Amino acid sequence: MERELRLMKGNEAVAEAAIRAGADGYFGYPITPQSEILEYLMEAKPYETTGMVVLQAESELAAINMVYGGAACGKKVMTTSSSPGISLKQEGITYIAGAELPCLIVNVVRGGPGLGTIQPAQSDYFQAVKGGGHGDYHLIVLAPASVQEMADFVELGFDLAFRYRNPVMILSDGAIGQMMEKVYLNPHRERSKDVPEWATTGKPPTRSRNIITSLDLDPEAQERFNLKLVAKYNEIREKEVRYEEFQCDDADYLLVAYGTSARVCQKSVQLARMEGIRVGLLRPITLFPFPSERISVLADRVKGILSVEMSAGQMVEDVLLAVNGKVTVKHYGRMGGMIPTPEEVVENLRSKIIGG
Amino acid sequence: MTEEIIIAGFGGQGVLSMGKIMAYAGVLQDMEVSWMPSYGPEMRGGTANVIVILSTERISSPIIRRFDTGIILNQQSLDKFEGSIKPGGVLVYDGNGISRHPVRNDISIYRIDATEEAARLNSPKTFNMIILGGFLEIKPVLSVENVVNGLKKSLPERHHRLIPENAKALQRGGEMMREVLRIREQDK
Repeated sequence: MERELRLMKGNEAVAEAAIRAGADGYFGYPITPQSEILEYLMEAKPYETTGMVVLQAESELAAINMVYGGAACGKKVMTTSSSPGISLKQEGITYIAGAELPCLIVNVVRGGPGLGTIQPAQSDYFQAVKGGGHGDYHLIVLAPASVQEMADFVELGFDLAFRYRNPVMILSDGAIGQMMEKVYLNPHRERSKDVPEWATTGKPPTRSRNIITSLDLDPEAQERFNLKLVAKYNEIREKEVRYEEFQCDDADYLLVAYGTSARVCQKSVQLARMEGIRVGLLRPITLFPFPSERISVLADRVKGILSVEMSAGQMVEDVLLAVNGKVTVKHYGRMGGMIPTPEEVVENLRSKIIGG
Repeated sequence: MTEEIIIAGFGGQGVLSMGKIMAYAGVLQDMEVSWMPSYGPEMRGGTANVIVILSTERISSPIIRRFDTGIILNQQSLDKFEGSIKPGGVLVYDGNGISRHPVRNDISIYRIDATEEAARLNSPKTFNMIILGGFLEIKPVLSVENVVNGLKKSLPERHHRLIPENAKALQRGGEMMREVLRIREQDK
């Protein structure tokens, strides 16, 4: 079937894509710059068409625990928020990861720390990729760089979440949430009637009771569970790395950037090449798993790497680990809701890498 | 072809909607488009601006600080963005309430008194379409027909009765700009 062309905000694309992906439930609480997701769903009223539940919870804590409950029943459920709201949800997120349940969480990041600002930032990288909540766990983290990917990653996110029984986070930001671009939407997928075998939907006489929990007081059993998670994360590292390369083939220098920064850097590559500087861009699409191997391969071919992020320097730590000392790696970033300009990136490439 | 445009003015002047209409028209013309609004504190009662990029190629950064065209609707925005227009670029502004006029001589500057004209036509809200009509006379990156169709897409159904009025304002803007150009030609 043909995909439908629309002009939409990134936030609206998430909402529409959720309905079309056959989501069973959305639980959220408003916060700028992502409130359009909840607003769009409330206006679209999918509960009257597909049967998808849309609920504005009384708080972020309630929303994430509704997701926990829905996921335990094997339902395709999601929540969205922005940085301060995602911090509130961390307890729920680690419980969901510990209970090995699938769900989709969208973070339309704004500047922090604390209440910070409502403008776009990428300062929640550590929280998304390294944990956020307590305990040894990982989310699968997808980083959209366009409105199209905001829509596409909803379906992809649900698929990955169910394949690995693991929460998936779409790590977006205020710029991608608020901007409008063309988007091709997938046709509607029916809501699934299948109940996963692990779901807690009532015990039939034919099998033993399903238990969803993140608690095991026996340390040996808990360690076995931890090792099982490690094996799962390793499988994800092996199979699910996604990235995009832009003019890397003949590059002397490499930019690494995701999301909005990657869009800026694409223009920086064009500007630098007009001046005869051969630079390429590697855009991680998955932040966990991180495209470390590919960066390591490229590090053998380039003279230096600049990691560009709207943060004080978070992803750069993963770039440094991937490069492992082979070439110079530096960070350039803006913070507080400021977005680097393409020209600034070229200047910093020149001063920190080429001249450095 | 890539046209990078900043539209700026007071909140409530129709800055964001003008950009939205252009973006819709761009989609109808099979272009790549991006529409990046300011959604920060300025939206809450001060100045509003939106970056619209229309291109026949994939758009790299939707956030830029140098523009081919500035469509400027108030003094603060003129002060802020006059310097951001690329040499050789275009600045179209409404003369209403402007006391410090643009001074650059490496860009083409056009003044259209759209607020005044819209008031004269008894249709004050369509002044943004007068400006847009004027801009399209200088840089026909979008056809007027597609802009009218863009209006249909971007306005909710209940406001569709306002389309003829807006279409007329677009035409009027084009006429006014032709007049500006004619006088300029005479002066040469």
